[in-house]
Amino acid sequence: MTLEIFLQNAANGITLGSLYALLAIGYTMVYGILRLINFAHGEIFMISTYFAFYGTAIFALPWQVAFVVAIVLTALLGVVIEHAAYRPLRDAPRISALISAIGVSFLMANLGLVIFGGRPKTFYRPPIFQVPIELGGVRVVVLFFVIPLLTAILLVALNYIVYKTKTGLAMRAAQWDFDTARLMGVDVDRAISITFAIGSALAAVGGIMWGLRFAEINPNMGLFPGLKCFIAAVFGGIGNISGAVLGGFILGFGEIMLVAFLPGLAGYRDAFAFVVLILILLVRPTGLLGDKQRVKV
Amino acid sequence: MALHRRLMMVLFCAALVSMCGIAAAASETEIRIGVYEPMTGAMAAGGQMTMEGIQLAQEQRPKVLGLPVRVILVDNRSDKVEAATAVTRLIQKDKVCAIIGSYGSALSMSGGPVAQAAKVPVMGCSPTNPLVTLGNDYYFRACFIDPFQGRVMAQFAYDKLGARKAAIIQDIAQDYAVGLANFFRQAFNELTEDPKSIIAFTSYQTGDRDYTAQLTYVANAKPDVVFAPGYYADAAVLVTQARSLGLKMPFLGGDTFEAPEFIEIGGKNVEGVYFSTHYSADAPVTPASERFVALYKARFKTAPNTFAALGYDCYNLVLDAIERAGSSNPKAIRDAMAETKDFVGATGIITLDANGDATKSAVVLVVKDGQFKLVDVVHPR
Repeated sequence: MTLEIFLQNAANGITLGSLYALLAIGYTMVYGILRLINFAHGEIFMISTYFAFYGTAIFALPWQVAFVVAIVLTALLGVVIEHAAYRPLRDAPRISALISAIGVSFLMANLGLVIFGGRPKTFYRPPIFQVPIELGGVRVVVLFFVIPLLTAILLVALNYIVYKTKTGLAMRAAQWDFDTARLMGVDVDRAISITFAIGSALAAVGGIMWGLRFAEINPNMGLFPGLKCFIAAVFGGIGNISGAVLGGFILGFGEIMLVAFLPGLAGYRDAFAFVVLILILLVRPTGLLGDKQRVKV
Repeated sequence: MALHRRLMMVLFCAALVSMCGIAAAASETEIRIGVYEPMTGAMAAGGQMTMEGIQLAQEQRPKVLGLPVRVILVDNRSDKVEAATAVTRLIQKDKVCAIIGSYGSALSMSGGPVAQAAKVPVMGCSPTNPLVTLGNDYYFRACFIDPFQGRVMAQFAYDKLGARKAAIIQDIAQDYAVGLANFFRQAFNELTEDPKSIIAFTSYQTGDRDYTAQLTYVANAKPDVVFAPGYYADAAVLVTQARSLGLKMPFLGGDTFEAPEFIEIGGKNVEGVYFSTHYSADAPVTPASERFVALYKARFKTAPNTFAALGYDCYNLVLDAIERAGSSNPKAIRDAMAETKDFVGATGIITLDANGDATKSAVVLVVKDGQFKLVDVVHPR
């Protein structure tokens, strides 16, 4: 393998990895606060692409507006789902909320089939993102720079929100103990709603980037990216935002390099993701950047 | 509470009565034909196009043996497990006397053994993998099979495109794609008389969206053409990524590329993609094809596609068999189906061989100016 081909593969890996990272952040954030694995994250991601699709295709909005509207609507959808499916179970055993999350995931995927139809749709791709760029034999498009940049910006912004603002303080307080946080005057319900709004907005950003990159959307598209990003989040240490980004990058990079070095095994790259997950968990049960298991007192 | 219970009672009785009604009426007053096709999932476009053809045929010929025909559709969701369940449901619950389906060889191979065990005949519209009918005396099909289709594309690449080195990217999760890739490789090796003429061979899985690693590997091998059997949406995304990575050689595929989504998703990136398929409205083969094209255009306001044509033929093949059998007995229909000879269909003259396969011509299409254009018609030897 020449250096040029290796660099091309590295570029491919960065693009895929930053997409995974973008989605994994939202996953990990909800888990970090609520200790709830939001299995519906993949479906929220899917629905966000349809919001953007209908915005451009049916309402003929300029794409900038359509994308912003899609992100806002998806954030609202996240809040509604939390209200309807998770809030009533806040005091129930954690497994109940998990099952509820799986239920929401199936419900939305099937609702998507009924409303959006079973056939795939074409996501509008503004030509500006598809301009090809050649750097020393490595071919990429503008989107190659946009996705990692966006991931970096969101990572910084999120860390700021969680660690530097009052809302973030409330979220972190809720993470430790709902009742104690309430006693301290923290509006736990509000903190959790905001967490879901941000997590879903992140899924929407990921969804739009996904649409821009791959052009095709369908109601079943949430399943595999959802699983992959769950893996990335666990891999980096679930609940840790920087860990999710790291996990996403390693997963994307690993998948591309597996195919690059062993093209005969290309059909098994999903299996690779799961094998890596198992190995990492055997060695570091809390993930790469995960903290030690916290025990609530 | 009492009211609630009474209401339940009434509903229960009503359900019971209606069930009896259906069961009693069903046996004599209608002929039930089951259809299992993918209406949702990765192959939805194929199933929906096929269903349009079946509907059209039923509207034209709503009766057989003096009884009205009821077509019962079950969505197999492009899923192998669902396909087997769908066939079971059609046979056990709906008590159909014959079945039509399914787009997607893997789906047909999953439904086939169920129908065989229950001794209900199935007519496949477009499953092209040879294993669909092999060893299953209850499965028939209206289309050609992949050893022929693979050869057609290999020959086209060799003769018309002057290709001497080819690469293959197959969808490893689909029996259709794996089979077709293999037949293409065999035929291309024979034509070039070079066992190493396939210089890169790699895979992906249905629904994968990132193909950059496979394409970088293929680009590095510098083939004259790339053969990429798989379903329309995956293939459109794959070709789009190939173009943005700077791969300029022609891409080739099989009949599953034929779907409007292939052009919608791929846009100008899929211009110049060649693929083989069963039929083109630009090359009518029988008097029935002209009639079909006219009917389809009147009904759906657009030019017909291969799968609608095959669905149309399948429905008529099944009705033809029921007529010759003179009854709705599945065994009798099977025997009549096996004897299908010189049936004049929209997609050609259909005679089923000992395996239950049809021998027909293939057409090669190209994407040009956002449309499928006829390039070549290839007759079987």
